[in-house]
Amino acid sequence: MKVYLSVFKIRFSAVIQYRAAALAGIATQFAWGFLEIFAFRTIYSGNESGFPMPFSQLSSYIWLQQAFLALFMTWFYDRDILDAISSGNISYELSRPLDLYGRWFFQTAANRVARALLRCAPILVVAFFLPGPFRLSLPENGVQALGFLVSLALGLGVVVAFGMLIYTLTFYTLSSTGLWAVFAMLADFMSGSVIPLPFFPSGIRKIAELLPFASMQNLPLRIYVGNIAGSDMLIGLVLQCFWLLSLVIFGRLIMRRALTKVTVHGG
Amino acid sequence: MKLYGKFFLINLQSQMQYKVSFFLTIAGQFLASISTFLSLLFIFSRFPEIKGFTLNQVLLCFAVVQMAFSFAECFARGFDRFPSMISNGEFDRVMVRPRSAIFQIMAYKMEFARLGRFFQSLCMLIYAMIACGVFWSLSKLAVLFLMIICGSIIITGLFLVYAGLTFFTVEGLEFMNILTDGGREFGRYPFSVYGKEVLKFLTYVVPLALYQYYPLMYLLGKSDKILYGFLPPIGTLFILPCFAFWRFGLHRYKSTGS
Repeated sequence: MKVYLSVFKIRFSAVIQYRAAALAGIATQFAWGFLEIFAFRTIYSGNESGFPMPFSQLSSYIWLQQAFLALFMTWFYDRDILDAISSGNISYELSRPLDLYGRWFFQTAANRVARALLRCAPILVVAFFLPGPFRLSLPENGVQALGFLVSLALGLGVVVAFGMLIYTLTFYTLSSTGLWAVFAMLADFMSGSVIPLPFFPSGIRKIAELLPFASMQNLPLRIYVGNIAGSDMLIGLVLQCFWLLSLVIFGRLIMRRALTKVTVHGG
Repeated sequence: MKLYGKFFLINLQSQMQYKVSFFLTIAGQFLASISTFLSLLFIFSRFPEIKGFTLNQVLLCFAVVQMAFSFAECFARGFDRFPSMISNGEFDRVMVRPRSAIFQIMAYKMEFARLGRFFQSLCMLIYAMIACGVFWSLSKLAVLFLMIICGSIIITGLFLVYAGLTFFTVEGLEFMNILTDGGREFGRYPFSVYGKEVLKFLTYVVPLALYQYYPLMYLLGKSDKILYGFLPPIGTLFILPCFAFWRFGLHRYKSTGS
């Protein structure tokens, strides 16, 4: 565990270096968040009754989404890892006395956490002081807040474990951007990042909520805003644990299979 | 031009090396824009119209934006790689070659995978053209054509600014994304949906609305100002300050030395 912690630390401090990039990123995300909210406001003003969640909840959802973007974006990938696979540097990685799955898992997680930490605070603070319906509100009670934190961590795990599956698939296809694009977009949409899951037509929504993608950003954000509470929250958390475990076990299995067959291209 | 054709072929060949990945990327791009398409479908299944626009009308708008972007991206995406060209010193090599820098950057990287987006928007455009209930007179077809072509020129201007900024910052600046990628993502709705201030900004500062919102109003018969049909070519004037900015940056360029 200590080893993984230091992998985490090394990555973390590397990412923390890019503060200017983070500032530019924060500005972008503000603009992005505002435009999303403006569009939803127009939709809302025409059809208040048909809106599937209170507008204030939606605003909070969007600001949290922007603040924790780095934790949950499915289309973010670790260039180092992909390069290691296609350039053959993987052989160094393999000769290290460290479990590859664990190492990459924590490396990716650290990357995401560091990026998110750099960005989330300013976004959260400013969004909190915005006027009226546009602002980010606090969770209703302690239970929701606690549920949010637990679900946030689990959700990060699910996103990383899902990413690990795609790293592994790279062993077979070498150049992975294509695969990545297909899976990332699918996961992105089904996790409620383009539009929140409550906006899905009800039939599709029921299925979508059972898929592993719903365990990514959908659950923590909706717990925070109070859209999911009580027993639904517990069921959601259990489902999240289930998907995290299955993805990790499955990921380890196929990685072991891929590694037995790995051919390192020279150079 | 002949040289550009040659670069074109080389790029195509090199990207065809990883065939599975190439086609998957195309498929990915196809699906990527499908996710925005689905979001429109889902939203409109709940709400019949948004600010007076129906699903089919919004699809027409979205298809035009997508088309304009895929054209611009396919040919000018080299600018996207520009920050790394600067930081690894490759741009120094570009400077000593006897061709213009813009030409070399455009030829440096072409992303054919963007064709996926193009095909998807083509399907959507054809569908929306039939379904949106517009009678396609010759003049309206001409306006539609202008929207796409002039749109991609305006977007190329944005890419130029993006690259020009790198002369000063070395790093790529993420906030340009709100105009480039954001212009595409948010272009799915006519820009008036985002409120008056946004529309004003996109009319007078960064003229994305000139190829999207105004001519669309003309096409859909929501406005009979013929002037609106001529706004896209006027919008392309935007590329002049962009180009000037690029030149300005180029003159100030200092190599990073690596």
